[in-house]
Amino acid sequence: MPTTTIDGHTIEVDDEGFLLDPHEWTESLATCLAAQIGIDLTDEHWKAIRFLRDDFAEQGETATLRRVSVVGGIPTKSLFQLFPQKPAKKLAYVAGLPKPHGCV
Amino acid sequence: MRKLVVLGAGTAGTMIVNKLRRRLGMQEWSITVVDQDDDHHYQPGYLFIPFRTYARGDIVRPRHHSMVDGVQLVVGEVDVVDTSTKRVMLTDGRELDYDYLVVATGTTPRPDQTPGMVGSEWRRSIFDFYTLDGAEALAEALSAFDRGRLVVHITEMPIKCPVAPLEFTFLAEAWLREKGIRDRVEVVFVTPLDGAFTKPIASERLGSMLEERKIRIESDFIVERIDEERKTLVSYDEREVPFDLLVTVPLNMGADFVARSGLGDELNYVPVDKHTLLSVEHDTIFAVGDASNIPASKAGSVAHFAVEVFVDNFLQHVAGSPMTGSFDGHANCFVESGDHKALLIDFNYDTEPLPGRYPLPYVGPLSLLEETRTNHLGKLAFRYIYWNVLLPGRPVPLPSHMSMAGKHTPNKEA
Repeated sequence: MPTTTIDGHTIEVDDEGFLLDPHEWTESLATCLAAQIGIDLTDEHWKAIRFLRDDFAEQGETATLRRVSVVGGIPTKSLFQLFPQKPAKKLAYVAGLPKPHGCV
Repeated sequence: MRKLVVLGAGTAGTMIVNKLRRRLGMQEWSITVVDQDDDHHYQPGYLFIPFRTYARGDIVRPRHHSMVDGVQLVVGEVDVVDTSTKRVMLTDGRELDYDYLVVATGTTPRPDQTPGMVGSEWRRSIFDFYTLDGAEALAEALSAFDRGRLVVHITEMPIKCPVAPLEFTFLAEAWLREKGIRDRVEVVFVTPLDGAFTKPIASERLGSMLEERKIRIESDFIVERIDEERKTLVSYDEREVPFDLLVTVPLNMGADFVARSGLGDELNYVPVDKHTLLSVEHDTIFAVGDASNIPASKAGSVAHFAVEVFVDNFLQHVAGSPMTGSFDGHANCFVESGDHKALLIDFNYDTEPLPGRYPLPYVGPLSLLEETRTNHLGKLAFRYIYWNVLLPGRPVPLPSHMSMAGKHTPNKEA
């Protein structure tokens, strides 16, 4: 498995750069991951990231955009502004969680 | 006398009552199944209605014809399930007590959930084919369509039968060629996914089939609204796809009573253990078929394979024993590709669709991920099997668990 060095830590990632172990994630790591995809984290970003982390801890799965909007209360439109183009993927990447199921 | 109540008499619900009736003593158990009408639709047949291959009479039969004796069919609409008193309330005031409940009410297209979808253009230039009425209306529209831009669109995953939009696209493209008007029509496939399908190898294969047919794919497109006046799909990131004829797959949601009963997730699907299909919150409630939240395709084949595992598990569970069956998410779908050919895909929770042969390794006669006439004939023959073998709950000689025998991973060949 590939590894990457971010913020002085060596971290195991998958082929697309998603963290393999969500427990390796820290808030400072999130800031670095976000910077890698050109995002400067604001409070609004953090609200979405914390929802995703908390929801994953409860459900064991990465929330879909719909779940972030319906359960997390962050409108899809805002998610597209916060994490442009591919919000579901980018949000999961920054939150150190597996890519959401493309559904099947 | 113990009471089993099954909500929904579709593929999963009908198979369940028929199989369990044979296994649960008449003196010990009553079995009741509730549905809002007595019309069982062979839903895979909807795909062929717009091209007039099938008509209504080919795909609708009374639900009660498919049920064995000793099953009570109640026609009515579920208002709410009261899990504390273990009672189902119908909208007309009737009440049904249960000891065990199976939710099998499937998933339904909800065009009302996308702004601009159900408005002045609905069934004028905007159609769906996941309802019989919609598919029939689309047949009319297609016969009048002779030029312009045909857009096939998926609103959001998960949807029922995730390959059907691709099948419709392939069939429409072939149909336009047959009519001699292919050069006057631009065909666009718009999807929220990042490619033609969800799984990499199948997505690549199906994606190149779109390309060969000169069908443009607009991916990662999550629709925010439809601009009716300009006949244009508008995405959240402000991309636009104009259309003359839009064939959309609306947002799919589970039944509203699931939400009213506090049994559902954000799309009204019942959270269950993905291997046993037992509700994570109530140990007297199962959800089988499209109504559950399992990470598998919402498809009749999944319902069929899941029911096979469910039946034995249910008998163990009500006897107070641990459930030993484990559903693997097995799906098996024919993909019509036009010109009387089809592909077949076979996959589960852990293994994506791979090339190979089915059901017998190396022998077939069906080919996986490859367009053949035999696959197409298999798809057409399946309607007979559905009514006469599957729904009555007779044994189908296909293993419910997916097999790797005779399959290969393309990138390991080289």
